[in-house]
Amino acid sequence: MKCDKCTKKATVHLTEIVDGKVMEMHLCEDCAREQSQNMEQQFGLADLLAGLSDFGMHVPNTQPKSVLKCSVCGLTYEDFRKFGRFGCANCYEALKPQLKTLLKKIHGSNEHLGKKPVKESPALIKPKPVVDEVVPVKVPEEPEVETVETLRKKLHQAIEREDFEAAALLRDKIHELEGRG
Amino acid sequence: MELNDLIHHTGEWLRATGPNGNIVLSSRIRLARNLAAFPFTNRAGKKDFEAILKMVEGAIAEIPYFKDSAFFHLNELDNIDRQFLVERHLMSHDHASNPQGKGLIVSKEEALSVMVNEEDHLRLQVMQSGFNLDATWDTINAIDNALSEKLSFAFLPEWGYLTACPTNTGTAMRGSVMVHLPALVMTRQINKVLMAIAKLSFASRGFYGEGTQAIGNFYQISNQVSLGHSERDIIQNIQGLIRQIIEQEEQARQALLVQNRSALEDKIYRAWGVLRNARIISSQETIELLSMVRLGVDVGIIEGLDHKILNELFIMIQPAHLQKIEAKKLNTFERDTKRAQVIREKLQGKV
Repeated sequence: MKCDKCTKKATVHLTEIVDGKVMEMHLCEDCAREQSQNMEQQFGLADLLAGLSDFGMHVPNTQPKSVLKCSVCGLTYEDFRKFGRFGCANCYEALKPQLKTLLKKIHGSNEHLGKKPVKESPALIKPKPVVDEVVPVKVPEEPEVETVETLRKKLHQAIEREDFEAAALLRDKIHELEGRG
Repeated sequence: MELNDLIHHTGEWLRATGPNGNIVLSSRIRLARNLAAFPFTNRAGKKDFEAILKMVEGAIAEIPYFKDSAFFHLNELDNIDRQFLVERHLMSHDHASNPQGKGLIVSKEEALSVMVNEEDHLRLQVMQSGFNLDATWDTINAIDNALSEKLSFAFLPEWGYLTACPTNTGTAMRGSVMVHLPALVMTRQINKVLMAIAKLSFASRGFYGEGTQAIGNFYQISNQVSLGHSERDIIQNIQGLIRQIIEQEEQARQALLVQNRSALEDKIYRAWGVLRNARIISSQETIELLSMVRLGVDVGIIEGLDHKILNELFIMIQPAHLQKIEAKKLNTFERDTKRAQVIREKLQGKV
């Protein structure tokens, strides 16, 4: 089936019912992405964060980039962009210039209006870097090359725990690799 | 309390005693907290994990809310036990799959649970039956206050509670409501509803939490935004949205009854017939059929069956539960057979 908007193969199929009228749309991935630009919320968290932190990087910043590094856990803004997670509470202080924009973009605000701890927290406790125990930076590993064999194994595990959604996705991937897609 | 004690009773949140129990299964609030003195778990070492577990264990010992609760060290549990706790909605799949240094606290009635050393040091959860977010908030707020008198949480006045992921910063609160929307699915209006939810910055997930698809017409709807609003405001926003969804589902149910009654009855009675007679049945088929029977009870087509029994079945028919009931490892075929038996026994003599 061809995309409704261009000539590529349609892989995304939408059904919408407006006032009882069924509208069907068949789109290729590119046109679907365009179509969904105003539905940002539906994107996965990784996409969202990657997009958002890019936004943060464009903010005029007088400090050289290398300065934005957490003195407690060593996390840099680059690490944060790759991983999407902070390493410790002090990262919030260390990366403050970028974070103001990022938090505003995620939440529409960067001002806390909720509750406080009953006991006043001391100004962030700075954990002493431990000299003899270096904790490696955990940046997500490159996705492993998926072979039919590793996928089959995962498929088996998914079926075992009766996670049928994951199993269906894995089955499709195997078919794709085997050229049956 | 021991883990095996859990098998013979079900969580308070499944008792179907809460408001709007016909459409809303449960209300849940989760708070993320980190201890100021330790790196977040993605950068923590073995010693940190152990120290955190010890501090938390010490703190809860003095707090009455945790009286009679169990503290599990996940590395001491086997795979089936860990999956069993996931199936009861007491902890996440992620927490179970990497058990080193992880802990789980479960209160006696299972209304309260705390994951220790998940993505954040503490993930508190309070779950209650029905549409009941206000009471759920009052409970978790009091527990959080009690904990914050014993533990120093990572907090900045301008940004609130500091979490490993910036999407949780601020209140670090996620309120969610589990709704059963079979009529919106059958009348094909569900995508429109889900799109509206997304546009309003709320998330919808399946019955089994993050990353799962909707199964059995259950949707878990929760807030995405955690900064810039008070906890009460966020809760009110969720309540407003859920009230509208309940109304839409009620209307769709009425429309089905008026326009398509015989087709609806057929679907419901077939589901009822299969569940009471099947000898081999998968969990997916079970959940879909239970959804139909639940709808049948709600609209008065099936009379005299208690929601509580159906709610319990949704939990009991899962793989690790069946294996705990049978007290041994079962393969897929054995589970499908055992499942059919459990369902028949549970529904026997009903209606």
